[in-house]
Amino acid sequence: MIIHHPILGPRDAQEFVYLGDANLIDRPDGMVAGVEVFHDYLYNRTNPAGEHQELWYHEQGDRSWLVVTRNTVTHEITRVELARDVARARRRTK
Amino acid sequence: MTQSHRIEGGQIDRTKTLRFTFDGIPYQGHPGDTLASALLANGVRLMGRSFKYHRPRGPISSGSEEPNALVELRTGGRQEPNTRATVAELYEGLTANSQNRWPSLRFDAMGVNDKLSTFFAAGFYYKTFMWPKSFWEKLYEPIIRRAAGLGSVTREEDPDGYDKGFLHCDLLIIGAGPTGLMAGLTAGRAGKRVILADEDFRMGGRLNAETYAVGDAQGADWAAATVAELSSMPNVRLMTRTTVVGAFDHGIYSAVERVSDHLLTPAKGKPRQILWRIYTGRAILAGGATERPIAFENNDRPGIMLAGALRAYANRWGVKVGERVAVFTNNDDGLRTAKDLQSRGVDVVAVIDSREGGDLLPGIRHLRGAEVIDTSGKLGLTSITVRQLNGRSETIAVDALGVSGGWNPNVNIHSHHRSRPVYDPAIAAFVPGKDGPPGLLVAGAAAGQMSTHAALKTGRDAAIAALDLTTAPELPQAEDAPVGITPLWHVAHGKGRAWIDLQNDVTVKDVKLAKQENFTSVEHLKRYTTLGMATDQGKTGNVIGLAIMAELTGRSIPETGTTIYRPPYTPVAMGTLAGRSRGREFKPFRLTPSHHWAKEQGAIFVEVGNWLRTQWVPKPGETEWRQSVDREVLATRKSVGICDVTTLGKIDIQGTDAGAFLDRVYANTFSTLAVGKCRYGLMLREDGIVFDDGTTARMGENEYVMTTTTANAVAVFRHLEFCRQVLWPEMDVQLISTTEAWAQFSVAGPNARKLLEKVVDQDISDAAFPYMGAANITVGGLRARLFRISFSGELAYEIAVPTRYGDALLREMLARGAEFDPIVYGTEALGVMRIEKGHVAGGELNGQSTALNMGLGKMVSKKKDSIGMVLSQREGLTDENGYRLVGVKPVDPQAKLTAGSHFLEKGAAPVAANDGGWLTSKVYSPHLGHDIALGYLKGGDKKIGQRMRIVNLLAGLDTEVEIISPHMFDPEGERLRG
Amino acid sequence: MASLQPLTALGRREATTVTHGPLTISERTDVALASVAARNGRAADLAKAAQKADVPLPGPASHQQGTPYSAFWTAPEMWFVEAPYASHELIVDLLKSALADTASITEQTDAWVAFDLSAHDLTRLLERLCNVDFAARPTGYATRTVMEHLGVYLIKHGPGAARLYGPRSSAESLLHAIETAAHSVW
Repeated sequence: MIIHHPILGPRDAQEFVYLGDANLIDRPDGMVAGVEVFHDYLYNRTNPAGEHQELWYHEQGDRSWLVVTRNTVTHEITRVELARDVARARRRTK
Repeated sequence: MTQSHRIEGGQIDRTKTLRFTFDGIPYQGHPGDTLASALLANGVRLMGRSFKYHRPRGPISSGSEEPNALVELRTGGRQEPNTRATVAELYEGLTANSQNRWPSLRFDAMGVNDKLSTFFAAGFYYKTFMWPKSFWEKLYEPIIRRAAGLGSVTREEDPDGYDKGFLHCDLLIIGAGPTGLMAGLTAGRAGKRVILADEDFRMGGRLNAETYAVGDAQGADWAAATVAELSSMPNVRLMTRTTVVGAFDHGIYSAVERVSDHLLTPAKGKPRQILWRIYTGRAILAGGATERPIAFENNDRPGIMLAGALRAYANRWGVKVGERVAVFTNNDDGLRTAKDLQSRGVDVVAVIDSREGGDLLPGIRHLRGAEVIDTSGKLGLTSITVRQLNGRSETIAVDALGVSGGWNPNVNIHSHHRSRPVYDPAIAAFVPGKDGPPGLLVAGAAAGQMSTHAALKTGRDAAIAALDLTTAPELPQAEDAPVGITPLWHVAHGKGRAWIDLQNDVTVKDVKLAKQENFTSVEHLKRYTTLGMATDQGKTGNVIGLAIMAELTGRSIPETGTTIYRPPYTPVAMGTLAGRSRGREFKPFRLTPSHHWAKEQGAIFVEVGNWLRTQWVPKPGETEWRQSVDREVLATRKSVGICDVTTLGKIDIQGTDAGAFLDRVYANTFSTLAVGKCRYGLMLREDGIVFDDGTTARMGENEYVMTTTTANAVAVFRHLEFCRQVLWPEMDVQLISTTEAWAQFSVAGPNARKLLEKVVDQDISDAAFPYMGAANITVGGLRARLFRISFSGELAYEIAVPTRYGDALLREMLARGAEFDPIVYGTEALGVMRIEKGHVAGGELNGQSTALNMGLGKMVSKKKDSIGMVLSQREGLTDENGYRLVGVKPVDPQAKLTAGSHFLEKGAAPVAANDGGWLTSKVYSPHLGHDIALGYLKGGDKKIGQRMRIVNLLAGLDTEVEIISPHMFDPEGERLRG
Repeated sequence: MASLQPLTALGRREATTVTHGPLTISERTDVALASVAARNGRAADLAKAAQKADVPLPGPASHQQGTPYSAFWTAPEMWFVEAPYASHELIVDLLKSALADTASITEQTDAWVAFDLSAHDLTRLLERLCNVDFAARPTGYATRTVMEHLGVYLIKHGPGAARLYGPRSSAESLLHAIETAAHSVW
């Protein structure tokens, strides 16, 4: 697969490490949330046959964590963002 | 031996003669020959035995679709089984042997299978070997294994090298026939970066095998001229002997280039093959079409071949396969074979045309509405039996028969993303369907465009469409004949066997049996009969099989559907997939700064990830590893030992939020650590399990150096980047690995300070540099770092210098500290000392254990949020009687412990229900004089002082032990603070 | 005490040069290297300070030559700065005084082995080693890539000139891989 890195352009997916569902961005505050909330955060993930937002790490590249929107059926990648930007934007809207 | 079947013409170099052997018999051929064409030129038709029935077989094709003529090529370590003689390029000294026969190709004892054919029909194994069950392992399986397979694999190491590589282009063109060449010309002249790959050693595809004109020239000459023009373009890369074997996501294709397969041995340093990964903007599949046979009784005899192959051998290789030739066809293309052979002076005795009516070929006995119903000839064709339109049968003596059942577009690569081909009744074949690999266009015969004109035109148009071109070359004039075909899949006659899949010996009967047993879906048909499951993936047989199933079930062919193809298009050698990654080159090595010194000393190394670490350093006279390790431990505890700890991960963490960041990634607190101090840190995963541990030092207000375990260095760095970028992007933290920038040595033992005082420039007395101190220092003026940390329980330091000075620092310490008899210890002694001290490492940091399990539960601060803090409090992880780290010693000091043994109460039966935990690490403690171990024991913290058993049923051990504190050596820690 | 004698990444006293056919591989031991990462929200301040100190901070995927400092981009808001080792062995101290608290600076000199590759055209060699489209990239292109399982930085200084920074501990394996590829190509 080719991931179109927002800064570096097309890069082979072999350079990346896959983590999983991008909901891991929304980590609860450990001083507020309890076990139940953290359990949901860590384990309850969607696993769609279709469009999916995923975290990929450009380990053999610029070490950016990316949010990749990928269709798990066709492997079509429709959007790639820096996870840092996504995280910052989500914090602003909270 | 003379080339008895060689005729005029062809694209072979008759000025040179190549000598080769087949089954030990010497033959001659010419450059440009394949093994098959050269053998046929020598009158050899019999080249192998079939898979199940051991039927005599010869080539049926002239290309990579060949199911029959599989040979063992070369000898010794280079011997390769199942090589298709039809694509094996002839070279001087080639050695080939037939396979799947014993004692000889002409007399094969296993030919008895042919007589027992009723027993070997589809589903035979499933039904026959079911019972009695006890027979399976001892009787059936060995017999099946012995009889299975075609060629034999060499036991010697492959002496050749294999490469991998990466290519990039605007346009990849797969196949260099008329379609591919025209596409290449179009894109090449437009200045685009083009890769044109063809599996053949000569580009031109069918043009080399045909007699048509393209423009003013013979097709083959037009191809040669076009190749010449393309090869002069710097933007075009022509790759012959290169098979595109797979289409992968996002325009990535894989291809195998056979660099040296046409040579006796590869040139020195040159690879035999290269596996290319090709990154493409767009791609055009111009892979042409493959002819298919018609099934009729005994249609597998040597001498019976595809009509197009018969023609190719005559036109391209100057070979007549037989003296008296017939053609059996259901389409116009078969007639071309008859015309071409006749014009080359071959005696064409009959054309058996299953279609009724229409024009008769002039000057040839053209039987319309006729079918071949049987053949004879034990080791090769001698005659065919023909049933004419009027029902009369006639036997005709022939030694070669060309069969054409129509042409199947080579859709394979287009279906590598699961696109299902669709049936086109106009050509009675499957053409590429929807949803092929994005960016891949199909043109020419591969798209069902069967004429030369259509090939040229669609090739050009595909290049224009793929690259949005505005200019294109003129199309040369070429034939544009329609495909005149009336489908005939098999000849209904008699009870004998009519082959569909020649490589897996699947017959029409097997399809009937599958239908009878209700395996009517094409996917079931495939698996039940093994149709198309051989190395040729059924290139010639699949469509016939499913068409017959359609007939039998009364469904149409589109309703019946087709199976699809997977990579690789043709078989790929294992060595090619491995590339250079084998043996010593399987992976790169990482060498420590002390590696050269250790090698000089004859040290024993151990692989830790890619690192080669010193395991122990034997002294003269030491014959057994324990002698060396015990000595290293005792010497360190007595005076001083040095260990290279460069392999531990080192991560530089800076920024105004560095301390706060560490508070969040470590379970314990770091923001309160004073500058110039270090602290042991415990890192959890978010699920509450311990991830890693190590010491982290505060080198400045906003500057920390984190140490990770050797094994987790990369994973921890990735995790920290995740925390920094994804979880807390607002924090001011910067990270960089410095693992390799510093050579770091642990100096441990009562004389550690005294030794270091001789090399460092600063005062390192206990007062000036107390326990857990950290500082930037100098060594003879050279910048260095010093940490007072201990993994051994001894007074210990870690000293670091820029890596290039590591070797010199070690030698300097050994020389200057000679009065203390310093030794260098390896990972074994390191392990002994850490276990004596009860420090956790690999066996305990097993990805399943919590801080509580390790006896470090209090380190998890609840006063701050950190990764894993919340979930470490989960019910299941906080069980009071859960696993706790304990020390273990045998009651009898002579008794041996083994890691992996399980704890049992005295008198308890060794069953899972009574399992109390297990030993994680075990060593012999030379200091204590007996085995010691660490282990996880349920409720272990409450069992200190108790006696239990450790049981290892595999090793037959059942040993009484005492549960003790994991801090087995100097539990008060007086030595390390000294 | 006597000053310590350094070893090169290949374990020798002197830098190694290997030639095969048109290719020359030269180990470089005379380069000082440091990472410079902008402090959060201080990119503009860093740019200003860097300009003053003649430290180039090129854009993504590029290398910029300068005297004494050259630099290449390695990550968002992060660069590797090169300088002559003889004059800039203490590159971290020098950069810290120039860039102050606008950046986090870390010594990288001995974390890497540096090889200069030269030949009339390196494309045929590099296509056997990594997935970089070397021919299509401009001079000054800098990227991280993988060669024989090793993460390396590749900087294009011309069609026939490139510098590689590979992990120092694997210097021998990396050189072996380049040499093997060279023998395979030439």
